[in-house]
Amino acid sequence: MLITCPYCGPRDVIEFTYQGDGNRERPDPASQNFEAWNAYVYDRLNPAGDHNEIWQHSGGCRAHLKVVRNTLTHEISSVAFARGDHGSAARHKAEDKA
Amino acid sequence: MVEHQSPLEPEFHVGSHGNFEHGVEIILTETRPGSIVQLAAWPGEEKRLIAAIRTVTGLALPDGAGGGVSDGVKSVFGFAPGKFTVADEAEGLAAAFAKVVTSAIGTVTDLSHGRTAIRIAGPKAEWVLAKFFAIDFSLPAFPNGAGRSTAHHDVFAQIQRTGADQFDIYVFRSFARSFWKALCHASEEVGYEVQ
Repeated sequence: MLITCPYCGPRDVIEFTYQGDGNRERPDPASQNFEAWNAYVYDRLNPAGDHNEIWQHSGGCRAHLKVVRNTLTHEISSVAFARGDHGSAARHKAEDKA
Repeated sequence: MVEHQSPLEPEFHVGSHGNFEHGVEIILTETRPGSIVQLAAWPGEEKRLIAAIRTVTGLALPDGAGGGVSDGVKSVFGFAPGKFTVADEAEGLAAAFAKVVTSAIGTVTDLSHGRTAIRIAGPKAEWVLAKFFAIDFSLPAFPNGAGRSTAHHDVFAQIQRTGADQFDIYVFRSFARSFWKALCHASEEVGYEVQ
């Protein structure tokens, strides 16, 4: 499986670390809404298809990435910096897949 | 002045090795820069940091991810968004940058004693490196001066192309000797010379 890092280009999955489900929304740390915390910690969509994920290019530029991966085919349909656009730093777009 | 010691020393054997009867196709050496500095810009301050690099080193970074340039004495390349590695044959680069890269622009980290710079050159340099790293070393994909961050067996390596068939590899000093030995073993079948 190749992930096209927006900075480094297509790299083997071995260079990346999975950082978890990208659909979670962390409640305000002061929040006492237990349902929201429960959902944040436990609820997962577990789709058979496209899935929003967070990956880190830990063996490369170390940027955190928002990745959409198909759980059935492993096809990566979108990769972007989790922190938003790094100005002109992004060179590779998801469609440039090797 | 403090004398620099190389972590490669016990395994650094000048001369020709391996299968060199039909010619030496790899040259390995340690470039031993006096300064290795890592610079990071705060978000939105990248252009000011690039301007600071030009002020201190005289090197103009090309646009784009992983862009870099080397004049043979000083080298700079991007290795991550807003982050750059700079090396200089002379010492004192970190102090020079500390004056120019203010806390509003970003950070300066002196890695002069934390990294070892190994140079691999020769017609088979791309071929040997391809055994180590799953990246494209061809000239169109990896142009002269450009830098790449990658890893070999979980050991980080920053690689800059400093010639058509020449690469400078920056590895952790504590892993440098084992990386060097691996590089020597990988070069044996084409014949290599340590200079």
